[in-house]
Amino acid sequence: MDLAKHWRLRGPRYRLEGQRHVETGEVRFPPEPDAGASWEQYDLQGAGTLYSYTVVHQTPDGYAQPYLLGMVALAEGPLVTAQITDCELAELQIGTPVEMVTRKLRDLGEDGLIVYGYKFRPRLG
Amino acid sequence: MKPVQQVGIVGYGAYIPRYRIAATEIGRVWTGNNGGVPVDAKSVPGPDEDTITMSVEAGRNALVRAGIAASALSAVWIGSESHPYAVKPSGTVVAEALGTSPFISAADYEFACKAGTEAFTASIGLVGSGMATYALAIGADTAQGRPGDALEYTAAAGAAALLVGPGAEALATVEATLSYVSDTPDFFRRADRPYPVHGSRFTGEPAYFSQIRSAASALMQELGSTPADYTYAVFHQPNTRFPQMAAKQLGFTPQQIATGLLAPKIGNTYSAAALLGLCAVLDVAQPGETIFVTSYGSGAGSDAFVLRVTDAISTRRQLAPLTSAYLARESFVDYAVYAKWRGKLVM
Repeated sequence: MDLAKHWRLRGPRYRLEGQRHVETGEVRFPPEPDAGASWEQYDLQGAGTLYSYTVVHQTPDGYAQPYLLGMVALAEGPLVTAQITDCELAELQIGTPVEMVTRKLRDLGEDGLIVYGYKFRPRLG
Repeated sequence: MKPVQQVGIVGYGAYIPRYRIAATEIGRVWTGNNGGVPVDAKSVPGPDEDTITMSVEAGRNALVRAGIAASALSAVWIGSESHPYAVKPSGTVVAEALGTSPFISAADYEFACKAGTEAFTASIGLVGSGMATYALAIGADTAQGRPGDALEYTAAAGAAALLVGPGAEALATVEATLSYVSDTPDFFRRADRPYPVHGSRFTGEPAYFSQIRSAASALMQELGSTPADYTYAVFHQPNTRFPQMAAKQLGFTPQQIATGLLAPKIGNTYSAAALLGLCAVLDVAQPGETIFVTSYGSGAGSDAFVLRVTDAISTRRQLAPLTSAYLARESFVDYAVYAKWRGKLVM
């Protein structure tokens, strides 16, 4: 059931927990294990713009068919690939301001976990 | 009931899913629209949403308005009748997503539609006793009604979060609260059953109206106040008509409940319903105005609260999306999509 894997990833998945270099201020996501003393934990704000996007029609088992997939340029610098939710394809264009939301990524069945993680949606308001 | 120390709502956050289904679309499938409908539309959670995800967004909005870090919270309490797991707390997932310290109390409350105000009452006690500085109370639900049942027209989804903290930092201070409960079997769902059972007309007078009247009138009597003393009133809203009737029975005017009456547009958001109405009022209320809130939960009981809006509301309410922003982004789905998303198709 990969319980340990999902548990380890909860920080990055739920709230974009990344890392920041203590001297240069560089922010990276996802965080790397055993990063050493030069990198500190840093939660990204989740604001960004759509760098590119596509529609995934041939989806893996357990995913909605089709779904929107985007590359999001986060305000702090990192580029993140994630599902785009709460919108239609026609509402998107390159440069659309988006924000992170925590949503269900997978439902592993009646005897399995519900896996939560980040997606992005067009910024509200 | 009043806390030892003055407490108030230092931040609040609403969440309503983007999707709606028109009540006449449900009526088209089940009755050919032969008869009236209890609301215009209800909110429908998207396929990637549940009580936990909605609680996270409402909680984030409340934290932003409060201007405090999640690490300052001492409790994350979530009231719902649709916790995603039967056993595994919603509270720990939400706390992790908000980024709280692990040294908090996290718990799930259950009391049909008033589980959220139960969490609010407990937060008032925790902060008001001096045990904690900040506590987060959330009411959230993705309610289900049996296909074709009267409940299906209204059983909706939404979340509202109230961050309770010191009165000096509050957007609205808690003046007093009171709870009233009785063993009334108007609505229930047995373990492992997908849909609840309700007592039709029995859900009205002996249940909803009796508990709301008892709690609301007892609180006003305790405070020596009358309905005319309050700027706004919010009642639990299982449909459009019940809160209108409850208000009339107690002596509140249609104008007093208009701002907080969201059920016509989004249906009954269960544990979030009264709290979302309160959020909509806080979105527009002016300093010095007063709000009378009464929830209702089947089984049954009501929690009543009196709140007074402070000067801090003017600058802080703009820090997160207003309830109206969530109400405005409505996107309608048909019954087939709704049935698929809500797991009503058994294969």
